[in-house]
Amino acid sequence: MQLGELAGLKPSKPMRDVFGEALLNLARQNSRVVVLDGDLGNSTKAELVRQEFPERFFNIGIAESNLVGIGAGMAACGLIPFITSFSSFLLCNAYDQIRLAVGISNLNAKIVGSHGGITLGKDGPTQMGIEDLALMGGIPTFVILAPSDPASMHRAVQAAADHVGPVFLRSSRIAMPHIYPDDNCPFEIGRANILRQGADLTIIACGMMVAAGLDAAAILSTEGIDARVIDLHTIRPLDRDTIEAAARETGAIVCAEEHLLQGGMGSNVARLVAECCPVPMRFVGLPDIYVESADPDDLLVKYHLTAEDIAAAARQVFSAKRRITL
Amino acid sequence: MTITQAELENLKEKARQIRLDILEMTTRAGSGHPSSSWSATEIVVALYFGAILRHRPNDPWWSERDRFIMSKGHAAPLLYAALAHAGYFDRDELWRLRQIDSPVQGHPVQGLLPGVEATTGSLGQGLSLGIGHVLAGRLTQLNYRVYVLLGDGECEAGQIWESAMAAAHFKTASLTAILDYNKYQETGPISREMALEPLADKWRSFGWHVEEVDGHNISAIIDKLELVQTITDQPSIIIAHTVKGKGVSFVEADYTFHGRALTPEQAVRAREEINAAR
Repeated sequence: MQLGELAGLKPSKPMRDVFGEALLNLARQNSRVVVLDGDLGNSTKAELVRQEFPERFFNIGIAESNLVGIGAGMAACGLIPFITSFSSFLLCNAYDQIRLAVGISNLNAKIVGSHGGITLGKDGPTQMGIEDLALMGGIPTFVILAPSDPASMHRAVQAAADHVGPVFLRSSRIAMPHIYPDDNCPFEIGRANILRQGADLTIIACGMMVAAGLDAAAILSTEGIDARVIDLHTIRPLDRDTIEAAARETGAIVCAEEHLLQGGMGSNVARLVAECCPVPMRFVGLPDIYVESADPDDLLVKYHLTAEDIAAAARQVFSAKRRITL
Repeated sequence: MTITQAELENLKEKARQIRLDILEMTTRAGSGHPSSSWSATEIVVALYFGAILRHRPNDPWWSERDRFIMSKGHAAPLLYAALAHAGYFDRDELWRLRQIDSPVQGHPVQGLLPGVEATTGSLGQGLSLGIGHVLAGRLTQLNYRVYVLLGDGECEAGQIWESAMAAAHFKTASLTAILDYNKYQETGPISREMALEPLADKWRSFGWHVEEVDGHNISAIIDKLELVQTITDQPSIIIAHTVKGKGVSFVEADYTFHGRALTPEQAVRAREEINAAR
């Protein structure tokens, strides 16, 4: 079963390809955009910019600290640097530089962490970005974006450039199906998109897990359970209104993300829900482990990141809600 | 262009005033890094008051200004004092160092004070920032120079050598590093804690033009800063041999003053010594 198939979504190409195209579009429109690469441009697809605008593309080499520092210097001069690499290398090697030179300075620089999650698959845990949202959560001035499909990736890249200040953008290797029409994807930083109305419970997801959440909603609907699905493309700032309304109106929430449960999207949503309207919650994500090299689909099944896993969590949370209300 | 004796005397007097301000700031704050600031005082005076930096204190973000990046961020008191004397902000701001609600932070934070080009304080980062400024200037066709003051201890950081390699790769001839080589890091003599030598050879082998100078001889520093402007195909570093705590004998003699303000009693003696050097 393909991701998004149950929900009737059309398949697309790998998100990194979409990112590269979106970045190239942006570079065509905005001459202040520069791209800095940590020698992975052919993997992140940032190299699309190199071919057309070689003077605005800088391969800084396998030296992420310097990569971020140079980008910060350029941002201080009024350019809009997109600093790109695998999130595992970029964030873990250059966390200090991202924190100090970009975060504390509140500079207009964009950090793009590619190969987020486990679905890069066969290259294994050293390359996987399973902690990127948690790490970026530790740097308070950053906006954190995790788009879920091709159209939203295009809009996220544009939104990152339009926002004056530090932005982290998650990209991935896996193909995510079309959720939005190419010409009609609402994307406002800090405003989540409600993809499916529902009264029984809410599935809140980001990235690849949005399509899986829509699949789960399709499964649940055959059982008479009516699930709301929210694309939480912005992890910070959180859309308090949409999340609070989901808690009040549906009374139960499942969070789903291709990320560690620790410090990810779900834990942020849980803090907010606990403050404004506590309801039963369940969390689909990675427990405290590193996963192995394998085919992405095999990994998703083994580590319980499928639509079936979301549906199972939804049934649990739905019955917990009914126990409370009865 | 050599400076006149009268100009040199003015610069020495400026250095003396800035040393006193560093003493006053850190003593009032009860903390800070006076000894690290004093070792680089003549370097910064040469840059800001020796007609090296092209800058406009009343238009601090003028796009074509030369940049000065204090990579050794713990010498913030020196940076602030120089900026105040240059007219970037009122000198009374200096006495708010490390106080609540003050822009005069313990280490420099970009965006809080005019003239502060970069956030620094985690060591090893300033040279990368400087390369970013150079490459941005190249792209936007602005013709400025970038000066980065490095500490010697921070040359232990990998990022310094990442940036050293990249600066030569990108032929950043408008980038000048000045190394405040006072031979001490926080916990002791550098030669004992983590040997840096042969330091000049390291920089040369990374593709840099290297000059060495007495870091307390203002006219010699100015000569070197003018000389490196003639280098057109590689970045330059001026290794300035300095004395940590320069100007106050009992601080010069005790490296444990790193990160420590003088007591009010010690400050009285220090003030007398700095004034006596007039």
